[in-house]
Order: sequence, then structure tokens, then C-alpha cells
Amino acid sequence: MLSVQDILETNRMIEENKLDVRTITLGISLRDCSHPDIKVFCANIYDKITKTAERLVQTGEDIEAEYGIPIINKRISVTPIAIAAESCRTDSYLPVAEAMDAAAKTVGVNFIGGFSALVEKGYTTGDRILIGSIPAALATTERVCSSVNLASTKAGINMDCVREMGHIIKQTAELTRDRDALGCAKLVVFANVPEDNPFMAGAFHGVGEAETAVNVGVSGPGVVKRALEEARGKDFGAVAETIKRTAFKITRVGQLVAQEASRRLGVPFGIIDLSLAPTPAVGDSVAHILEEMGLESCGAPGTTAALALLNDAVKKGGIMASSYVGGLSGAFIPVSEDAGMIAAVERGSLSLEKLEAMTCVCSVGLDMIAVPGDTSASTIAAIIADEAAIGMINNKTTAVRIIPVPGKKVGDRVEFGGLLGHSPIIPVNAFKADDFIARGGRIPAPVRSMTN
Amino acid sequence: MKVVITIIGQDRVGIVAMVSTTLAANSVNILDINQNIVNGFFNMVMIADMSGATITLKDLQQLLKEKGQAMGLEIKVQHEDIFKAMHRI
Repeated sequence: MLSVQDILETNRMIEENKLDVRTITLGISLRDCSHPDIKVFCANIYDKITKTAERLVQTGEDIEAEYGIPIINKRISVTPIAIAAESCRTDSYLPVAEAMDAAAKTVGVNFIGGFSALVEKGYTTGDRILIGSIPAALATTERVCSSVNLASTKAGINMDCVREMGHIIKQTAELTRDRDALGCAKLVVFANVPEDNPFMAGAFHGVGEAETAVNVGVSGPGVVKRALEEARGKDFGAVAETIKRTAFKITRVGQLVAQEASRRLGVPFGIIDLSLAPTPAVGDSVAHILEEMGLESCGAPGTTAALALLNDAVKKGGIMASSYVGGLSGAFIPVSEDAGMIAAVERGSLSLEKLEAMTCVCSVGLDMIAVPGDTSASTIAAIIADEAAIGMINNKTTAVRIIPVPGKKVGDRVEFGGLLGHSPIIPVNAFKADDFIARGGRIPAPVRSMTN
Repeated sequence: MKVVITIIGQDRVGIVAMVSTTLAANSVNILDINQNIVNGFFNMVMIADMSGATITLKDLQQLLKEKGQAMGLEIKVQHEDIFKAMHRI
């Protein structure tokens, strides 16, 4: 029989500490939708997405009500459009993005990911068309998310694409300047991208995936913070143990929701993504966990070590709680989406350079970082190159979601709204990397890729 | 299916009666009750079996929520699996 303490603990986690399932993401293959006529292709994908995901939102809401656990987002990821749309005879995939957006609206999901290209070793025709279509697609649509993988440990870094993405990000910012460059918040550049990640903006349904899959992203920074309050003054063994136990409990809830969603939708269960995903809400911050460990403010010396411990303990606790773990799995540090990170930037304790160091030991990268609008394309490209190098050498995922806000400078603020939050403009090192970025070509795969 | 019913609010006459009458009227069988009052604050956790129930979980949630609100109580009904998943291996 369940104990009253256990029951009250679970409900306290949900009500006071904001435990939730962050997303149920339905992965859908679009590989059977190809057609030379883009109009037919768009009709095919619209029909397939709306038919496959017809019951997604209702199912999510039913599970939420029955178990009393909030499920914040229901989303869709699809085969990278650069692959699915490649046989269309066209020079722009904008209509495809519009069809995705329309399908997302019809089924009621808030984001659809997969306006994506995988170009770590080079471009195909479809990749070029897709990347060229990104600025217009993100400016025109509301719910479409885009990602580009331009580096991997096995392939090296595609520096031509690094250079191009600097321009694409600038163009996207310019086309959405009336919304504080919101388009850039829906665009992620990756190294070693996972193909089953349920979180946006980087979700897509990888080419090795099944026809459909249910992937679930858990969350719960507030629960970890609360648990650590009980471990004040104790040593790091106790801190790690506390995080592991908490991560286990959080993940078990995610596993339950994933199994139920899979059963009810008749779609195979893919993975649980063990991530601590913050929101701008008070009590839902990863930065506050780091501060609870004894740092005056996130970004202070010690922050990287604290984050390393957190990230590792979350994985250790979560792995046993789920039958299949995948995606990004680790702590997220998106600046504008985390009240503690925002405060740390405003206090002057957290800089771009410290964030870069932190990305060496957590699951993603430079995420939701608003920088001055006059930051050049080559500087943005160089920031991407640095992150890609960290990912490539350390055999991990890294990403850049950076927002050069037109007309804004250090000291100004931007407001994206909702889960995307708000942020002060973060200063960028003013020294140039123009000649470095102008070289192009490919940085060869590192020695550590030679594992065979 | 077993459900966990948690009731929280200011103590007053008739809380247990209201909840148990509502459950009985819908053939929901109470398996376990744990109740206490701390500083005038009423706290009750019930485990009940809905296998013979004449009401759906969704309707029971709504019914108890409304009846609870009328008495100034917060009543939640949840499938027990969320608690078992979290606390039992």
C-alpha cells in the first residue's frame, strides 16, 4: 500500500515545485511523402501529419487529467525536410514550412520541428535549398522550428556551413526584427545532433527512426532545488546522491507518461529525454540549483564544477528509471528561459565566455542568448565554430541558439514571451574573426573519431 | 483501477460524510483512509477502487472538485499509478 508521505510528496513536487512533463513529442517519418511537385508534397505531408497526430493533444490532456501531472507541451517532429523534400523541383521550401505550420495548427500542437538539414560533411541540393529557405520560413510561420547539424565527432566541422549560418541567423533576425528577432529563437545550430530529441527548437525525426515514435521530455529543476535545500551544509557525496534520487523519481513519472501515451496512441515508445529544462517561472531554474550548492550567483567560479556534478547525477538517477534513454539528456542552460540565469546576467556574474565553459559539461550549448544587433555574421559564425569544436572534441552534443536583436545593444532588454522568456542583451567579445571564418572548407574529424 | 483522493482545507463538520457519500453513490469502494487535522487544517488521503464504479474518473474528478469547492476544500482524484511509478521499483 502507498504511504501517505509518498502521496503528499508527489503532490508537493507537482504543486509547489513545478514538477511536470515538459513535452510529449510525436515523431513522424515523412519519407513516403516525396513528390516532384511541391504542391503534391505539401499536401502529402499535411495529410500525414494531421492524420497521424490527430489524437495527440487530446491524449496528452487525458493523461494529464487522470494522473494529475501537468504535460506542458504536445509537439511533433518530422523527418528533416532537406531529405523529405529533396525530390521536389523547386528553389524554395517555404511552402513546405507553411504546410507544416498549417498541420501544427490543425492538430493543436504549439511547435513542429524538422525544418532541418544534416550537413556535417557537406551539402546536398536539398540541404542548400532548405538552409536558404530558413529566414523566410521562420519569419512567415508561427510554429515551425528549424535546426542544422553542421559538425560531428565522426565528420569534423563543415566550416562553409558555419559561415553560412552566421548570415542565415542575421537574415532571420532582420526578417523578424519587429518581434525582437523571434525567428532566431526557433533556429538551432548543432554539433552531434541527437535524432530523437523531443525538445524544441532542435527536434526532428531522424532517418534511422521508425515510422512513428513517442519521445518524452521530463523536467523538474524546482524539485531538485527543493531536495537540495534539505542537504544544506552536507558534502558533495550527499549532494550527488540527493540529485540522483530526485532525478529517479522525476524520470519514473516521465516513463509512466511515455508508456501511457505510446499505448493510447498506438505508437511505439522511443525514448525519455532526461533533461532539467527550466522555464522563466519562479522556482523552475537550473541556475538556482547551482546557487543552492553554495555559489553566490550563477557564473561565479565553481559554476562549471557544480553544473558537471548536476548533469552527471541527473543522468545516473534517470538511467535506471527508464527503459530507453536518449535525446539530449542533461541540464539545459537557456539564458532567457531561466529566471536565475537572467538575474545572473543582470548582476554581471554570468558572461558569454562562462556560458561557453558550462556547455562543456552539460547537455546542450549556448542557448537563447540575446546579443547586440550589430554583432557581425562572422562573429556569430565564429561563436558557432567554438561550440561545434567543443562538441566534436568531447564527443557530445553542443548547440547554438543565438539571437542578434536588431537595434538593441548591451544594457537593453528583449521580451520573447511565454516559455521563451526575456533577457538582457549579453556583451560579445569585439575582436574580429573575419579572416578565420572566410577560409571555409572542413575541419577534419579529430583523432578521437578513430574508434574502429 | 485504484485512485488516490487527497482532500485539503479548513476543518468543518461533514467533510468525510460528503466524500464517502459521493463515492458510495457512484459505487466507488474505499480501501484506505488516512486523515488528520493540524492547526485546524484538514488533511485526508483516501485510496479507492473504481473497478465497480458507475462513474468515469473524469466525471468523479469534476464532481468532487465542485462539491469540494462548495465546502472550501481542494479535492484531487488521481490514478494511483503515478504514485506507484515514483515510489515503487
